[in-house]
Amino acid sequence: MVVARRAFVALLLALAVFGAQAQDRFITVASTTSTEQSGLFGYLLPIFENKTGIQVRVVALGTGQALDLARRGDADVVFVHARAAEEKFLADGQGVRRYPVMFNDFVLIGPKSDPAGVAGSKDILEALKKIQSTQAAFVSRGDKSGTHMAELDLWKATGIDIDKAKGAWYRDTGQGMGPALNTASSMNAYLLADRGTWLAFRNRGDLAILVEGDKRLYNQYGVMLVNPDKHPAVKKAFGQSFIDWLVSPEGQKAIADYKIGGEQLFFPNAGQAGA
Amino acid sequence: MRAPLSLLPLALENVVFAVGSRRIIDGVSVRIDAGPRTVILGPNGAGKSVLLRICHGLLAPTAGTVAWNAPEIAGGPRRQAMVFQRPVLLRRSALGNVTYALKLADVPVGQREERAMEALRKVGLDGLGRHSARVLSGGEQQRLALARVWALRPEVLFLDEPTASLDPGAAHEIEQVIAALHAAGTKIVLVTHNLGQAHRLGDEVLFLHQGRLLERTPADRFFKHPTSSEAAKFLEGELPW
Amino acid sequence: MGLVVAADPKLVGIVLLSLRISVTAVVIGCAIGLPVGAAIAVNEFRGRRALIVILNGLMGLPSVVVGLVVYLLLSRAGPLGSWGILFTPTAMVIAQTILITPTLAALSRQVVGDAWQEYREQLRSLGETRLGAAPTLLWDLRFSLVTIVLAGFGRAASEVGAVMIVGGNIDGVTRVMTTAIALETSKGDLPLALGLGFILLFIVLALNAGASVVKETAQRRYG
Repeated sequence: MVVARRAFVALLLALAVFGAQAQDRFITVASTTSTEQSGLFGYLLPIFENKTGIQVRVVALGTGQALDLARRGDADVVFVHARAAEEKFLADGQGVRRYPVMFNDFVLIGPKSDPAGVAGSKDILEALKKIQSTQAAFVSRGDKSGTHMAELDLWKATGIDIDKAKGAWYRDTGQGMGPALNTASSMNAYLLADRGTWLAFRNRGDLAILVEGDKRLYNQYGVMLVNPDKHPAVKKAFGQSFIDWLVSPEGQKAIADYKIGGEQLFFPNAGQAGA
Repeated sequence: MRAPLSLLPLALENVVFAVGSRRIIDGVSVRIDAGPRTVILGPNGAGKSVLLRICHGLLAPTAGTVAWNAPEIAGGPRRQAMVFQRPVLLRRSALGNVTYALKLADVPVGQREERAMEALRKVGLDGLGRHSARVLSGGEQQRLALARVWALRPEVLFLDEPTASLDPGAAHEIEQVIAALHAAGTKIVLVTHNLGQAHRLGDEVLFLHQGRLLERTPADRFFKHPTSSEAAKFLEGELPW
Repeated sequence: MGLVVAADPKLVGIVLLSLRISVTAVVIGCAIGLPVGAAIAVNEFRGRRALIVILNGLMGLPSVVVGLVVYLLLSRAGPLGSWGILFTPTAMVIAQTILITPTLAALSRQVVGDAWQEYREQLRSLGETRLGAAPTLLWDLRFSLVTIVLAGFGRAASEVGAVMIVGGNIDGVTRVMTTAIALETSKGDLPLALGLGFILLFIVLALNAGASVVKETAQRRYG
């Protein structure tokens, strides 16, 4: 049919126009929105690309989505910060090996007026208990992301059953880190955020960091090559060279050198046992 | 090479055209011959326009037959044409509209522009050839429609109230073109409600009333002594136009 | 805002990519949609009315749904995974084309259908076939079609759901205006997001203004 033929020709043209510039020398990395929004990739990747000529294309999603993407074989490397989920990924045979890379931390953001009286505390669990008992407004990401999972783990550790204790004070927004921060800013609410996104966030309103430094707030990143045995299209060599660079002294130094407003966001720890 | 058989005479046999239970054409049988200019007259709602369209092939009768002496070749150039009350022209130049019709008539590309210009000259539009057809005046547009017909040189031309929307001056010009077409050999079948025009242009009159053909009379005699009482009433102006 | 005004090369790249993708989608969409719409308008066949209803309904296809379906098709785990075009501009063109073709077809069907009522008797009288009538009408209605084509472009250029899913919003590769706006919004950089939004709006408005001028002059010339 004439129409079908025309459509096919048009499609070929489109492919030609765009395909012409497609080189094979790139990898697809599935990572998280919070990592991308921290600006780390904008700083880090050009260094790697200049050195090896391998373009790194980052698709930024929630942790769960990133791992799902990899399970479908649509990514070569996975770079997230949810250890339990990563271990499961490995156990399912989807990844080859997990390398710890760096950690950043979460901070408790809240209004400067601090209705729950938690500012300056070094104990996140105490702070959360106070927020719940004063029913101060609290924004949760509610999107099954790494940050959300970390938040739920902390509630569990306080002994509070957050599902039961949820009231009007607890806002489950189902959003990414940025939008959740926007919501918290407009509502003057408390919120658990990763330091990177907070430092890059411009719309702070009346919010500030109130609690930080508690070891329980540390957020470990791991990187894995997607298993080429399960997904033959995975670019094994390029992917592995990216991983090798991330954990190399050069890559680790680059991570440490990334700063916002003079502040370091990510702390390289590839050599740390048990990370 | 043998000349093709003439399309005419056109024979209608017990033609009926019904919409639902209403019979707009109620059993018309007539033989339309080559030669005289045929005018179809009748009051509003008599079915004149429908009858014309059935003859031209735009409508299929619900019952009865419409038979040309020699059938047109399917997919070939049309040997009959029709001009409507409001001319339908494409968004092209006047010349372009005529060459389009010539293209449909399978006229070779090289000949089209020349034949189109000749047709425009015949209707007095040769100065407006490059003008957009749709910005021409009503009279000019109808003349263009007739130029389109000229270029096609059909054997039969059906016209459905061609001057009803025009002022007397423009109407007169159209009548002259129709007369010229007839002189050049095209059979004219004209529907009009303008009795003066019917008198000027007609050789014979078919009088239609409520879907029936009541009378077929040479034009001169019709206007002086119509044979049916309905026709007489019509001419006296008692029946609506 | 300074970035916006200073024509930052990255920004220029994003704008150009957006235009390339949407314009390509419109071209392909027109090549398919306009003839299909015209064909449906001038032909009669069983199921025609149902087809028109479906076509009109498809105008409201949610972009995320299209994105999801195309993603599932192009994913390595999907039937067309071996093409390897997921997360490339080509995939985005495909998604946008699927999104706007029903609109182009449905609206051209409407416009050609209305004109067919007007032209039908005369064209048939001259010996035009249905097959020939469709392109003749499309050309005659070219100025009305400009509006339709612009509607298609507007939908393509402003959608974010489909291109986000099948493109991945990869910096420097598949980041377009709408996904860049979404990203900056979620980063809380509202001024930048708004700035990008204004650029997009300006482009679409400029195109519409240009088309309006073309139409008006044409209307006066051709009637």
